[in-house]
Amino acid sequence: MYVADNRTVPDRTPDRAQDHPDTAGRRPLPGRRAVAVPGAVLALGTVSLVTDVSSEMVAAVLPLYLVAELGLSPLGFGLLDGVYNGVSALVRLVGGGLSDRGRGPKSVALAGYGLSALCKPLLLVAHGMPLIGAVLAADRTGKGLRTAPRDAMISLACEPGARGRAFGVHRAMDTAGALLGPLVAFMILRAAAGGYDAVFTVSGCVAALGVLVLLLFVPGRTTVPTTPAPEEGRAPLRAVLRRPGVRRLTGCAVLLGLTTVSDSFLYLTLQRRLDLSEAWFPLLPLGTASAFLLLAVPLGVVADRVGRRKLFLCGHLALLAAYGLLVAPLGESAALCCLVLALHGSFYAATDGVLAAATADAVPSAVRGTGLAVVQTGQAAARFVCSIAFGAAWTVWGDRTALGAAAAGLVLSTAAGTLLLRPAPAKSPPTSHRSPSVEP
Amino acid sequence: MNRKSHVSRKSRVLILLVAVLVLGGVAVGATLHAAGRAAEKDRVRSGGPAVRSGEVALDAPGVSVFQNMAWGPHRDEIASVPAGDPAGPRTSSGVRCLRFHTAGGTGVCLRAVRGGLRDTYRAVVLDARLRETHRYDLAGVPSRARVSPGGRSAAWTVFVSGDSYAGTAFSTRTSVLDLRTGHLDRTLEDYRFFLDGRPRKPVDLNLWGVTFADDTRFYATAATGGRTYLVRGDRAARTLRTVHTNVECPSLSPDGTRIAYKKRVEDASSDAPWRLYVLDLRTLRETPTAERRSVDDQAVWRDGGTLVYSLPGDYGSDLWTVPADGSGSPSVSMRAALAPAFTAR
Repeated sequence: MYVADNRTVPDRTPDRAQDHPDTAGRRPLPGRRAVAVPGAVLALGTVSLVTDVSSEMVAAVLPLYLVAELGLSPLGFGLLDGVYNGVSALVRLVGGGLSDRGRGPKSVALAGYGLSALCKPLLLVAHGMPLIGAVLAADRTGKGLRTAPRDAMISLACEPGARGRAFGVHRAMDTAGALLGPLVAFMILRAAAGGYDAVFTVSGCVAALGVLVLLLFVPGRTTVPTTPAPEEGRAPLRAVLRRPGVRRLTGCAVLLGLTTVSDSFLYLTLQRRLDLSEAWFPLLPLGTASAFLLLAVPLGVVADRVGRRKLFLCGHLALLAAYGLLVAPLGESAALCCLVLALHGSFYAATDGVLAAATADAVPSAVRGTGLAVVQTGQAAARFVCSIAFGAAWTVWGDRTALGAAAAGLVLSTAAGTLLLRPAPAKSPPTSHRSPSVEP
Repeated sequence: MNRKSHVSRKSRVLILLVAVLVLGGVAVGATLHAAGRAAEKDRVRSGGPAVRSGEVALDAPGVSVFQNMAWGPHRDEIASVPAGDPAGPRTSSGVRCLRFHTAGGTGVCLRAVRGGLRDTYRAVVLDARLRETHRYDLAGVPSRARVSPGGRSAAWTVFVSGDSYAGTAFSTRTSVLDLRTGHLDRTLEDYRFFLDGRPRKPVDLNLWGVTFADDTRFYATAATGGRTYLVRGDRAARTLRTVHTNVECPSLSPDGTRIAYKKRVEDASSDAPWRLYVLDLRTLRETPTAERRSVDDQAVWRDGGTLVYSLPGDYGSDLWTVPADGSGSPSVSMRAALAPAFTAR
C-alpha cells in the first residue's frame, strides 16, 4: 500500500519509475516516462466504448419504448431497482473473486460482456414487464460481473507509475461511448419512426463487436501466472480484507460514498435552484459526462504525479464546491449551471478511475480483481444508502437543507478520509506490503 | 489464453473486419426494414376510414373530436367526425399530438418537438380553433392529459427517466396549470399529502392521471409503498387526500358521483393486470364493467352511463364503449382513434 504513496509523491522519490518493476512483467528503463498507453488498455477502452454505445442506445429509448410502443407503465421498475442494486453488488464481488482464480480476468470479463450482449436481441422478443425486467436484470448482472476483472486487467497491463493515466484513458473512452449511444439511437429513430426493433438489433450488433474486440485484442494473462500465497489463492476475499491498506481505502471510499448525493438528486436540485426549464433536465447528465470525458486523462496524469489517494480526496472537494454553489444564494445564471456541472464532471474524473488506480496500488496482482471488487462494492453500497437517506432528508427538510447536510457530511468524511489515507509513518516499511509478483 | 497468441495480428484484424462488415450489414438491414415499415404508416391503407383536411373546432355542436390513428398523411392529427356517425368521413386539422384532451372549448396537446440531436416534448394549450395560446416544455415522455370541464385548468403527466446512469429508475411528474392566471404547479408532489387523513411525506410518492371536478378540485392516482390510491386534490389549498385504494387513471363522471378507473386485479397476468371498474364516490362501492380485457387507458365518459376507452388495434388503437353500470357488453365505437372528447353535446 505505502509503496504507491512513496512512489507517487514526487519530492520523496522523484525517479519514481526506477525502482518499481512493472506488474506486467516488464522492467521499465530508469527514469523513463511512459509515453504510449499500453495496447491492452486501449483495447479495453475500445471494448468499453463500443459496449457503452450499445447499452446507452437502449437506455436512451427504453422509457419511450415501454410507454409509447408497448403501452406499459414503467412504475414497477422503481421498486425493483433496490433489488437489482443489491444483486449487482453481489455479482461484482463474485466477478472479482472469479477473476483471481481459474482462467483469469479475461474469461470472466468475456462472460460479463457476452451476457450483456445476448440481452440486446432478447429485448426484441420480450414484450411483457416481467420479461423485460428479467432481461434488464441479466444485463446488469453482466455489467456487475465484468467491472472488477476489466479494471484488474487495466491495472495489470500498465506500469504502476502510469496507472492513473491508464484508468483515465479507459474512463474517457467509456464516457465517450456513453455520450455517443443516445445519438446513434436517435439517428436510427429519425430514419425509422418507431424503429425500436432496429435500435435493439443495432445495439446487439455493436455489443457483439465489443465482445469480439475483447476476444481478439485484449491479451489474456500478460504475466507468467504468479503463484499466489496459498492462503490468498484459497480465500482471496479474506486475504484482501486482511490488508490494512485495502481496509483503509475501502473505509475511505465508504465514508465518502455515504455523503455522495446521487446524480439524479443533484440534477433535481440544480433544476429547482436555477428554475431551469423542464426541457433542460435531460441535458444535465450530458454536461457532467462532457467534463468527465475531457478531464479524465489529464487528472489521471495528475494522479500519477501527486498521488492517487491525494487526488481522490481532492476530487471530493470539487463535489463539495458543487454542493456549495447549489446551497449558496447565488441567483440563477446559466454560468452557475455550467460551473456546477463542470465541478461534478471533474469530481468523477478525479475519483472514478483514480480510485481503481489507488486500489491497484494496495492490492497484489494475485488478488487484484477481488480487491477492486471490494472497494468498488463498498463505494456503491454506501452511495445507495446515501441515496435513500438523502431522499428522506429531501422530503422532510427540503432540497437546500438536505444538500447543506450532505455538504457538512462530506466535509467530515473528507477530513476522516484524509486521516485514514495519510502517508504511512516510517515504521511501516514499504517492502512488507509489496505484492508477491513484484518481489525482486 | 496462450492459444490466442497463435492467431497472428493480421488474421485477427481480418476477422474483425469481416465481423464489422457482417454486423454492419445486419444493422443497416434492420434500420432499413424499420424505415420501410415506418414509411408504410404514412400511406393510406385501403379499407381504412376516409380522412380529409379541414377545419376542426373544439366547440362545434354535433361532432366528436379525437386523435386520428388511421394510416396516411393525417396520422396522429386531431380530427372530428359527426357525433351520430363515428364511422363516417373524418375531418383532420393538421395539428399533431401524442396525447390530447379537450373540454370547455380548450384543448391541451402533448407533442414531440423535433430537434437536431434529440427530440423534446412540449405541452401546448389550444383555443377552440386549435390555435396555440400557451406552451410549456416537458421533462419526459407524455402520458396523460386532461382539461377541466370549464376549460380553465389543465393537467398533464409525463414519465421522467432520471439520467442515463440511473438505468431503469422511472417516475411520473404531474403538472397542473391555471389558464386564467398562467400559474403552473410543476409537480403535484409539492402539495401536502394526507394518507387516511394523516399528513405524510413519502419519499417514493408518484402522482399521475388527473381528472377534474371543476377548475380547482380534481382526482388523481397516487402511488407510494407499492400501492396505488385515489386522491382528491385541491389546487387552491394545495392538498391531496386519499379516498380509496387500488385506483389508477381515474375519470370522473359528468355528474361528479362516480369514478371510472383501472383496477389492478389479482388473477390477471402481470403484463395485462388492469380491469375497467367504476367506483361510486358516495358508497365507495366498486362495480366491474363488462369489459374483461386489460385496459390501460384513462377512460372517458361519453354520457352519464357510457364509458369510452382505447384498446390496442390494427392501427395502434381502437375506441370501445361499455355501459358504466356493469351491464351489457363492450363494442367498438371507432377504429383507428384515440383520446375522444364529448364536450359539445
